[in-house]
Amino acid sequence: MSDLLTPLFISTFIATCIAGVMPLLLASVGETIGEQAGILNLGIEGMMLAGAYVGYAVTIASGSLWLGMLGGAAGGMAMSLIMLVLNTWLGLNQIVLGIAITIAGQGITSVLYQENYANGQVSITPDSWMIPGLSRIPAIGGSIFSQSGIFWLCIVLAIVVASFLARTNWGLSIRAAGQKPSSLDAAGGSVMNTRSQAVLLGGFFSGIGGAYLSLLVVGAFTPFMTQGLGYIAIVVTMLSRGRVWIVAIISVLYGFTQALGAAMQLAGVSIPPQLISMLPYLVIMAVLLIFARSVYVSPVLGAPYTRGAR
Amino acid sequence: MATESTRTRRGVDIVVRSIIPVVLALIVAAIILLALGKNPLYFYGDVFANGILGGNWQNSLVVMTPMLLIAVGLIVVFRGQLWNLGYDGQYLLGAVFVGGLGPQLAPIVGDALTYLITAVLAILVGAVWTLLPAWLKARFGTNEVITTLVMSSIGVGATSLLIGYVFQDPSQRTPQTRTFNTSDMLPYIPGTTIHIGFIVAIVVALAFQFILSRTSFGLRLDIYGASPKAARHVGINSRGMTIVLFLISGGLIGLAAAMDILGHVGYVRNNWNPAYGDTIMPFVFLARLSPLAAIPFVAFYAIFATGGTVASIDSGLSTDFLMVIVALILVFMTLTEYIGTKRDLGQSYLPDELRDAFRRPFDTLRTRSAK
Repeated sequence: MSDLLTPLFISTFIATCIAGVMPLLLASVGETIGEQAGILNLGIEGMMLAGAYVGYAVTIASGSLWLGMLGGAAGGMAMSLIMLVLNTWLGLNQIVLGIAITIAGQGITSVLYQENYANGQVSITPDSWMIPGLSRIPAIGGSIFSQSGIFWLCIVLAIVVASFLARTNWGLSIRAAGQKPSSLDAAGGSVMNTRSQAVLLGGFFSGIGGAYLSLLVVGAFTPFMTQGLGYIAIVVTMLSRGRVWIVAIISVLYGFTQALGAAMQLAGVSIPPQLISMLPYLVIMAVLLIFARSVYVSPVLGAPYTRGAR
Repeated sequence: MATESTRTRRGVDIVVRSIIPVVLALIVAAIILLALGKNPLYFYGDVFANGILGGNWQNSLVVMTPMLLIAVGLIVVFRGQLWNLGYDGQYLLGAVFVGGLGPQLAPIVGDALTYLITAVLAILVGAVWTLLPAWLKARFGTNEVITTLVMSSIGVGATSLLIGYVFQDPSQRTPQTRTFNTSDMLPYIPGTTIHIGFIVAIVVALAFQFILSRTSFGLRLDIYGASPKAARHVGINSRGMTIVLFLISGGLIGLAAAMDILGHVGYVRNNWNPAYGDTIMPFVFLARLSPLAAIPFVAFYAIFATGGTVASIDSGLSTDFLMVIVALILVFMTLTEYIGTKRDLGQSYLPDELRDAFRRPFDTLRTRSAK
């Protein structure tokens, strides 16, 4: 085993890890904002797929990954509009709408993909920013410090959201809308505006999460490519209770299990691939069992707010 | 006092509210088809021809069998305001035990006993798979939406593992279970090509209609669904209720898998996942969580799915186009329900805050012009 620990191997390991972490991290950050504002968005899978597809289509049309990411964000936000109008504004059932968004995202992207790209798929090569000096460090230079610029932008976005949620009035309004909307209302804030912003931001982050997956991880769009990642994001969100740094830690752990599975197969340890794909879910279930008592869910999560209603 | 005329009016109202979403979804789907450059009339005609005409209605009823059983399984938990979204895992695990053991069992113990053993096994497997989420919900209040989804993913993976390492058919190179001999599968209803699993599904739906509307269990379930606290207050064991509802739901989904494998599919291939639950969900709500009303709705979707699959291929579309239609039905369903309720209460369709938001610009305009 020790002869495997070459710089090249470590470099590949870290790169695989990052590829696993980023889409989940971005989607979970988006879901966290929503959940903090009292919206359990089960449609995250659909929003990610929409982001992944639009990002792919825009990148092919424009030739720019950055425009592609922007397109992905727009795709995610477009899907989140369903939640915005029907749930936040009109107060309809979140779980039903979430499932509708998931099914719609899966169906639409699959149909459009079949229409436009089924014969003659174009793959996308990610750009990489060689950070001067740092990118020459063995092992981590070729992995961490040669990522695409988008990687760094996404990291910055996640940090910005974390500090905004924890330290600003805006973050306080978001959390109030998710904990006790009536007091936000009494304090002169608008529950509807706050929640609308949260839903749209959720769509934005899920969208770029999906686009990151299709553009920088896989390099192409395939129908149903998220494979339940959106649901993992929901669980990550629930476990981290609104703290983005815990979201980051769990996402890194997830990426680590993915990379470990790939590495073990390289090392010739024969583990059934099904087991590797099940691993995150098994870990989640174990965590839920152990910390069942401490998993706190806000009482108003999922409940639409009606002024004056008790 | 519900007089005869108000009752009929309410009945008509419910039927209209259930059908409008479907019609609206079909209209919007037609617009999408036009946008994609397809002929919607041709598409819907094709759905009708391949779903009903000729002998095709029999295929549709075969497809309907597992859907109806799953629908009843969902109705039972949804009535208790619990969300069992782990249907895929429960279904596939049930199916893999039937496909893995049935074909070898049939020559030894005979067909009838095979049906019984595998069906009971599938029911047990489906029910057991809901146990952990049910217990977590009952004991700690852990959100069952998340736990059932996670258990579903584990179930799908476990199915794949079981096929690969336990139930693999040694005579096949592709990963799959052994296949039932056609003679060992569920017999047809005389004169048709519909297997008797269809009758099982109808009987189960009718039985649950009776249980839910005419027995004390049904009443207790409805009280529990309305308010678990109130249920505890009147002496209903709400923890026990949570677990029982999940077990029934998982068991019915397991039964659906057994009927589908025994009567229709005959084996389980790796990565096969019909995902009936997702597509059935809107119709469960349109049927207002009534097993009896679910029968026509599920029949409609079974016809649509059978004909739509062929029609999509004929039009050069991905078969996932059906998912778009299902999602549209879900959206229009919630919207129709909302508008109907608001109209009954004589309220505005907009929530207060939004109405204020629309009014505010005009108010500022008015004050400005007054100055």
